[in-house]
Amino acid sequence: MEMKRIDRSQKVRVGFHEAKWDEAIIYELSKPGERGILVPKADKKVVDAVGNGVSMLPKGLRRKQAVNLPELSQNHVLRHYMRLSQETLGADVNIEIGQGTCTMKYSPKINEQLARGIFDLHPEQDPSTAQGIMEIFHETDKYMQEISGMSRFTFQPGGGSQGLFTMGSIVKAYMNSKGETRDEFITTIYSHPSDAAAPALKGYKIIYLQPDPKTGVPDLEAFKAVCTERTAGFIQANPEDTGLYNSNIAKFVKYAHKMGALCCYDQANGNAVLGVARAKEAGFDMCHFNLHKTFSTPHGCGGPACGATGVRAGLEEFLPAPLIDFDGKKYFFNYKFENKKFGVHKVRAYYGVAPVVLKTYCWIRSLGPNGLYQVTKTAVLNNNYMFKKMLEIPGISAFYITDDNQRVEQCRYTMEKIYKDTGVSTTDIQRRMMDFGMHYWTSHHPFFLPEPITLEPTESPSKEDIDEYVNTLKYVFKECYDNPEYVKSAPHSSTTHQVDESVMDDPKKWATSWKVYLRKYK
Amino acid sequence: MRGFPNHPYIPDSDPKIQKEMLKKIGMTSLDQLHHDIPNSIKMHKELNIPEAFDSEYALQRHVEGLLNKNTTCKENLNFLGAGCWQHYVPALCDDINSRGEFLTGYGGEPYNELGRFQSLFEYASMMAELVGMDVVNVPTMDWAQAAATTARMAQRYTGRPEVIVPELLDPDKLNIMYNYCEPDVTFVQVKCDKQGLIDLKDLAAKITDKTAGVYFENPGYLGQLEVNAQKISDMAHKAGALSLVGVDPITLGVVAPPSDYGADIVCGDLQPLGIHMNYGGGQAGFMATRDEERFVMEFPSRLFGIAPTSKAGEYGFGDVAYDRTSFGHLREKAKEYVGTQTALWGITAGVYLATMGPRGMEEVGQTMMQNAQYAVRKLNEIHGVKANSLGGAFVKEFVVDFTATKKTVAKINKALLAKHIFGGKDLSKIFPTLGQSALYCVTEIHTCEDIDRLAAALAEVTR
Amino acid sequence: MERKKLGLIINPIAGLGGSVGLKGTDGVSEEAIHRGAIPRAEERTQRALTELLANKNQVIVYTGPGSLGGRIAKQMGFPYVVDGALSDGHTTGKTTQDLVRWLQQQDVDLVLFAGGDGTARDIYAAAKASTVFLGIPAGVKIHSPVYAVNPSAAGALANLYLTGKVTKTSEQEVVDIDENQYRHDIINTKLYGYLTIPKEHAYTQNRKCASPPSEATAMETIAARVVDDMEPDTYYLIGAGTTTRAIMQELELAYTLIGVDIVCNKKLVAKDVYGKQIMQYIRGKKAKLVVTITGGQGFLFGRGNQQLTPEVIKKVGKDNLIILATKDKLFQLRGQPLLVDTGNAELDQKLSGFYRIICSYYETAVGKVATN
Repeated sequence: MEMKRIDRSQKVRVGFHEAKWDEAIIYELSKPGERGILVPKADKKVVDAVGNGVSMLPKGLRRKQAVNLPELSQNHVLRHYMRLSQETLGADVNIEIGQGTCTMKYSPKINEQLARGIFDLHPEQDPSTAQGIMEIFHETDKYMQEISGMSRFTFQPGGGSQGLFTMGSIVKAYMNSKGETRDEFITTIYSHPSDAAAPALKGYKIIYLQPDPKTGVPDLEAFKAVCTERTAGFIQANPEDTGLYNSNIAKFVKYAHKMGALCCYDQANGNAVLGVARAKEAGFDMCHFNLHKTFSTPHGCGGPACGATGVRAGLEEFLPAPLIDFDGKKYFFNYKFENKKFGVHKVRAYYGVAPVVLKTYCWIRSLGPNGLYQVTKTAVLNNNYMFKKMLEIPGISAFYITDDNQRVEQCRYTMEKIYKDTGVSTTDIQRRMMDFGMHYWTSHHPFFLPEPITLEPTESPSKEDIDEYVNTLKYVFKECYDNPEYVKSAPHSSTTHQVDESVMDDPKKWATSWKVYLRKYK
Repeated sequence: MRGFPNHPYIPDSDPKIQKEMLKKIGMTSLDQLHHDIPNSIKMHKELNIPEAFDSEYALQRHVEGLLNKNTTCKENLNFLGAGCWQHYVPALCDDINSRGEFLTGYGGEPYNELGRFQSLFEYASMMAELVGMDVVNVPTMDWAQAAATTARMAQRYTGRPEVIVPELLDPDKLNIMYNYCEPDVTFVQVKCDKQGLIDLKDLAAKITDKTAGVYFENPGYLGQLEVNAQKISDMAHKAGALSLVGVDPITLGVVAPPSDYGADIVCGDLQPLGIHMNYGGGQAGFMATRDEERFVMEFPSRLFGIAPTSKAGEYGFGDVAYDRTSFGHLREKAKEYVGTQTALWGITAGVYLATMGPRGMEEVGQTMMQNAQYAVRKLNEIHGVKANSLGGAFVKEFVVDFTATKKTVAKINKALLAKHIFGGKDLSKIFPTLGQSALYCVTEIHTCEDIDRLAAALAEVTR
Repeated sequence: MERKKLGLIINPIAGLGGSVGLKGTDGVSEEAIHRGAIPRAEERTQRALTELLANKNQVIVYTGPGSLGGRIAKQMGFPYVVDGALSDGHTTGKTTQDLVRWLQQQDVDLVLFAGGDGTARDIYAAAKASTVFLGIPAGVKIHSPVYAVNPSAAGALANLYLTGKVTKTSEQEVVDIDENQYRHDIINTKLYGYLTIPKEHAYTQNRKCASPPSEATAMETIAARVVDDMEPDTYYLIGAGTTTRAIMQELELAYTLIGVDIVCNKKLVAKDVYGKQIMQYIRGKKAKLVVTITGGQGFLFGRGNQQLTPEVIKKVGKDNLIILATKDKLFQLRGQPLLVDTGNAELDQKLSGFYRIICSYYETAVGKVATN
């Protein structure tokens, strides 16, 4: 039989099925007697000297029964987790466009390899033995300074939200040092929810600016109406999650400064502006970058990560300590700048997630100034190309469309018309897109725009990848009209079917661990 | 030149393709993008950072060169612990957490990222057994963060503002807790006795009707096992407060889980469970409670639960009690935020526990205890050196008092370094009452020969 | 397992007007039939019930005879019980109300009703707070969010609710517009009350950050803020709506859902008061007015709270206006300004400007108020 060349012109993976192993819960795989590893035993000489060791444990502190852990041979443990990994749609295996706001870009493998080089460094080993990693921290600090125009960075914050929290803490510390008791923080609806939650945790009341219904960006007049001598800080993402850039940002910052507030730049969307615009020129006092997003150190299913946080000259003393400095001969931990009375002192153990800083260093060094510029320009080009193609799909539109229409690095669309026509909602589409091996994200809750879709192509996908993603969406939107029930009952080709979450809110039925499950469901 | 055509990480950096795409959007140049950014705040020059390496190999050479300036705990003999500990990392742990699917997964659903949900559910299930609780969160930043959250949970649970902490606590951890809990929780320090244990008299004096919880660690920061754990829990409970216990999870194969002595909320760090030290980048915090609605409702973090699906014969997963604000905290300023934390380390800790199994956890506990006790015995043979100077029971860490040698820890450590030994953490500045003392950590990775070598070196440098 | 009891109410004349350009059937159904209108409520009900067919054996339908629901239940093979006291034929709003009362006596688990805003008003008039309803859109005017987006969606949600897969509910507004004005293209919505409906579940997590609180919790936290900020010896006029009701519940005071109550020093001063009465209470006193957005179009005044006369609003003053809205409610406006239509153009003008809208214990949003 002749093997026919496959026609791939349609570019919709209708034959896709995600790996589905029907894999049991690890406790179900346990077989008493099997074991996964041989553990080092104390040498005979040691045992001869001290005996069994555990007899030292005081009464009441000796574990009575062996820990109820599964018993599996090593290859069975491996097989189990390999299967679970295959049931996880990481960025390495899909066209990562659907998780808008997450900047799901390619994470270079060489950086992973290099990061293994610091596996066995203890954070408190003598600085003379850690000069290499300290140099990497120090250099990366310098690069971040140049990229943002800020004066110093801390890498302690272990994620974006902790970066935002660190900025909130710095504002509080600064205000305390001035004897100020300001109690309000201003942010915007389209900034990340943590932009409100993090300062709120520091005790601030939050004021949201709503987007102007025409332009989509916050209204300067509204800002002036609420920015007062009670305002401690203003925090905004720019561009916001809609992919719109607030052109008036410098005016916002200027007014806030006039009122005595500090301005924090949430640069979670930093991929939009590398080498194009900086926090400094807009007048910000501080900013944070998500190294696991913009700087490619991977997301790791949700961390470890880093929310590198930088401040302008004059605020360094409020950063958590220590900073890593260079005296011309060697790198050292600098506690001298620290504001002992008011400073933030510490937000995370040691100096932050060192492998993430190392991978950031590698990424910047493999791109250089022109590469970073290329990253941003290509990400924005990809997004605007996609924007154009998306708006060609019947039933898809976006808000805040003007004649000279552009988005920066991502865009929030709406499928309200399709929902009204067919009853298929954006969350249904989210599940259906999984049947083609693709992510799709709607928006934070509650939705500000109806039936939202948030897509961010970054610089990693090619034009063909974007075409495939858009074609797949087009295919699914057509299905909404032809066979809405099928879309609503998705996923069909993923790892499992619709989860019955009614048990999740019932204390008698929820099961957060296997032992609880066994107790509640005999 | 601005731009880097045909960069291997950027498929659409090919000028031909860019031209085509620009045409589609009615533009002729990349400069036309970013039109909403005013000229006054745009950058008009190149970033002043080093040019890119011209090959992947060049990058590798350069970074390896930098890393060669370090000398690791494998190249040296390491006795540092104090919150970041050197343990054996089974090969499976690195193999699984470097799988691209896990490494680059993120915010998918329990369908397309079922593996992430299941592995984190299993992690929570195994951790729950280890600490003797029912509910364990998807991991947070580190132990300090977990302890801070534990304090906040207790404050919300009881509606009381104070949490009592021992004076012998990692000062960095306390700083993080202060910063995170301000302004809602006030920390009150309770004195410790000569053995480093909580002074029960002082505790009785400090527990009031304002006390939300008593936080203590077992083993404590200086390695000491808190023998009065049950009494402390009882005192807290009697006053209507919670017993909050921080643990080093790798000790729990031999040490009783905190649930045995009355703990209400347990927290700690996952780093010893299959995660390399990573220069302090391997930390990951956890909290655990019983499966009681009131406790579950206080977790700020995600909790994954198991559920049926629309098809028989399948387990699905989801978030348990996702709306956790409805429990009478209407006047709470804010719920704690949740964001990207340390999920991959949670998956890794799960792999570790599955690999170790019940026997492995028991054996590693025993080996650590034997090695550490042997080390204490050996060091105590040295004139002027007092190992386990606190005098109580310990698992893997203990204080060594060098005061009688008339040498400072700094000086001793420097001399040890010359012999390729990383001596214990210098405590003389953070706990001056302990004199010239250091915190030593001995685990299953140390051989008898290693310990003998340390002893010999110490004997020499303290002479 | 015991069969679930599904109540079913069809307003047989719902939707008649639309097909012949009448914009609603309130009071004009005969004219509509005269113009050749075809009843469609039954057909739309059938589309909804189709979603329940698979679980036919787990439900029993309680309904009225013939076109009120009995006919379609029988035709589709559902086991059903009919209210014998009612007769098919000439139906009015009272028929609907009678049927609601009977269904409530039968202790049904859920009432599906087909109709429009007028039908929802009739339902509300007889509804108990504990009864769960869900609307199948069949009328011409569908402004009340008690209706599902289309008949199939109503059926699907009813099915999930009856099979226990959806357990949460929420209170949604019953609003209606004046059909006489609507026929002249003037949209003037008015809030009449609230019905409890099942809350749809999305089957996705979308959880990259902390969840927002539920609508009910949000209201409670808003109420806590208002109560904590209450100043002594100040008269608080508590306007209509579920968000403002939460304040009265927090204070454990009796309240009027669609009306104005007065509170001072956390005690009830007067219940369900109108313009002149209000003036008598607050004359010479310090007063604050607490209002929320009603009627789905972002109105602060002029839709369902006519008790707040221009005189009252003027007396209270712009600076003593406390505006509340949950994020859910506020976000439905997508940044459009809040509207005022007090009946006094000059006052409307005066009220415009920026306000802080309280949306939780610690959060406010800046909202613009504009004239209609």
